[in-house]
Amino acid sequence: MTDILKVLQVSKNFVKPIDIASKVVNMFGNFYNQEVVHAVDNVSFNVTSGEVVGVVGESGCGKSTLGRMIAGILPLTSGKLDFHDQHYSGFDEGNYKHNSHIDLKIQMIFQDPFSSLNPRQKIIDIISEAPIHHKLISKKDKKYFVKDILNKVGLGTDAMDRFPHQFSGGQRQRIGIARALAVSPEFIVCDESIAALDVSIQAQVINLFLKLRQDLNLTYLFISHDIGVIQHIADRVVVMYLGQIVETASSDEIFSHPNHPYTKALLEGVPTLDTKKKIYTPIKGEIPSPINPPSGCYFHPRCKFSTNKCITDKPSYKEVSPNHFSACHLNS
Amino acid sequence: METILEIKNLKTHFFTKAGLIKAVDDISFKIKKGEIVGLVGESGSGKSITGFSIIGLIDAPGRIVSGSINFKNEPLLNASSNRMQSLRGNRLAMIFQDPMMTLNPVLRIDTQMIETIKAHDKNISNQEAFRRCRDTLGLVGISSPEERMKAYPHQFSGGMRQRVCIAIAMLNKPDLIIADEPTTALDVTIQGQVIYEMQELCKKTGTALLWITHDLAVVAGIASKICVMYAGRIVEQGSVDDIINKPMHPYTIGLIKSVPSQNKKGEPLHQIEGMVPSMLELPIGCAFHDRCTKTIEKCKIEKPIETNQSDSRVIRCFNFKDIRK
Ligand SMILES: Nc1ncnc2c1ncn2[C@@H]1O[C@H](COP(=O)(O)OP(=O)(O)OP(=O)(O)O)[C@@H](O)[C@H]1O
Ligand SMILES: Nc1ncnc2c1ncn2[C@@H]1O[C@H](COP(=O)(O)OP(=O)(O)OP(=O)(O)O)[C@@H](O)[C@H]1O
Ligand SMILES: [Mg+2]
Ligand SMILES: [Mg+2]
Repeated sequence: MTDILKVLQVSKNFVKPIDIASKVVNMFGNFYNQEVVHAVDNVSFNVTSGEVVGVVGESGCGKSTLGRMIAGILPLTSGKLDFHDQHYSGFDEGNYKHNSHIDLKIQMIFQDPFSSLNPRQKIIDIISEAPIHHKLISKKDKKYFVKDILNKVGLGTDAMDRFPHQFSGGQRQRIGIARALAVSPEFIVCDESIAALDVSIQAQVINLFLKLRQDLNLTYLFISHDIGVIQHIADRVVVMYLGQIVETASSDEIFSHPNHPYTKALLEGVPTLDTKKKIYTPIKGEIPSPINPPSGCYFHPRCKFSTNKCITDKPSYKEVSPNHFSACHLNS
Repeated sequence: METILEIKNLKTHFFTKAGLIKAVDDISFKIKKGEIVGLVGESGSGKSITGFSIIGLIDAPGRIVSGSINFKNEPLLNASSNRMQSLRGNRLAMIFQDPMMTLNPVLRIDTQMIETIKAHDKNISNQEAFRRCRDTLGLVGISSPEERMKAYPHQFSGGMRQRVCIAIAMLNKPDLIIADEPTTALDVTIQGQVIYEMQELCKKTGTALLWITHDLAVVAGIASKICVMYAGRIVEQGSVDDIINKPMHPYTIGLIKSVPSQNKKGEPLHQIEGMVPSMLELPIGCAFHDRCTKTIEKCKIEKPIETNQSDSRVIRCFNFKDIRK
């Protein structure tokens, strides 16, 4: 199996401009610096062709930022992204050069299907805009082409001449998927793509993702806070905490033998359709701020196994069993 | 056990410019003292409006058009607004999906909490009120509550704000708390904490809980009874065990089958076909009939009435007997 995507020591910082209050304080001698958010911090992993990689973690841990960098819509602060061993990422906004061939091969599907669809465009134009612009199809093939794509995502031909507001949430999400598929991508980043859908519609869209993967040999990076969904569709799972990867393993392995205390707590918290009265033993404390992350292991203030070493030293990211990596001092 | 809340044939309708929306349409259920009841349904099915109807917060163009709500044997629908005010926040509390519907952004947490106590107990001393606030915040898992109480809402994270709201709802040890998706916006890690704390608090204080959610799994582990709503109606209600393990209504059956863990990993999920209908254009007959696998002719013409299977088990479906076989 070949690696389709290589993520090498990728980081992203956001600089928060100082607010007025701090500026005033600065005038009186105290000094407030600009705040830097380490949204994604030295992340590396590979994705093999045809694989579904799930990304999980609490809100603000950097999942969307990572997804947007991989999709080529956000420049990196440092690190490198390779697609089929071809380098395609840039560093600062000014020098950010699109490799448009690779750009098309990696598409992103967003959480809110409505806000990403132009309300004044008919579905036929929404779907055919990018392929015509990139000269993948000619204008006269448009109708036939769109019909075929709508078919793939389970919408009828009659959808072509309608506007986005004339569809239900699940149907709009299908239109978003159709638009992404129109440029024949190989790799799709799904960022919370089913979260906004009604429960009875979610299964329809998940099934569509599974079917397209088979029919079109797609590779997915699937970002979701719904761990049940990740368990169902992912081959491999990446667990993030405060911008870093704390654990990676095959889905079967991580759900049966989670190694990192954070992963364990994350999986334990998931409600299941089990009517036995559950006693939750929740993780204590709040998610720390990525502006001032804790010392040592970022998880130590909330970890019940925390030792002195965890407070001072950063744990290294080690292979704990074949292809199962975890960053925890308990492993040494 | 004593019944705390009894709703009978409640109808809350909205008379909008676009047309009539029967947001809550003939629902009946009971909550006993100290009981946790889950109210489950998709977006727009009428869950929040059920909650708002109970605490008397329905505004124009909405109106409760018929039915009754009895709270500790007191009919609420004809109660004066003064009476409702004195029940709210005291015997009857609601936690909203958005914590900022409860919290005032320009007041310190301690001010807001002490106010809640004093509004219903004029004679309590400041010290005593303060102590009660501090202890309740401790109960919902806020560390060093004494310091934190001096903060303003925006200085708290989303999860902490929601816990403050839960503490405020608990302050006067009400008989019933209506919790409207209190954990939906929270991370699973924090959600687990909040569910756990609520459950403990109910056990300790004998408070009953109406837990509104779109996620069956959230209430499966804590509720003793579940009501499933679809398009303004309760289509099935029963003990949590009956609903999760022996569902009878085709909609409930479909929902449970579509949960990923009920399916083989990687295989297509069971799916309910079609889409959620618009409340303005509900299908004639049973609102679920055009998505249902068990539809018979009658379902397309007539609305199914409630059938009692046992004391606690009620179903609205013409064709459910066949499903059980
Ligand atoms: N444009 C931006 N400017 C400044 N900070 C940002 C920006 N985008 C994201 N951040 C910060 O970077 C961190 C990671 O954000 P990100 O959106 O990637 O998280 P996430 O894991 O996707 O969270 P969620 O589950 O809530 O979607 C957060 O602290 C966020 O506040
Ligand atoms: N003020 C209002 N005016 C008109 N219609 C309303 C109003 N409030 C609610 N509705 C309608 O009543 C129906 C039920 O709404 P409700 O808020 O109870 O849904 P819900 O089950 O709580 O959904 P969600 O899960 O999205 O919160 C919806 O169709 C909604 O559009
Ligand atoms: Mg995100
Ligand atoms: Mg609601």
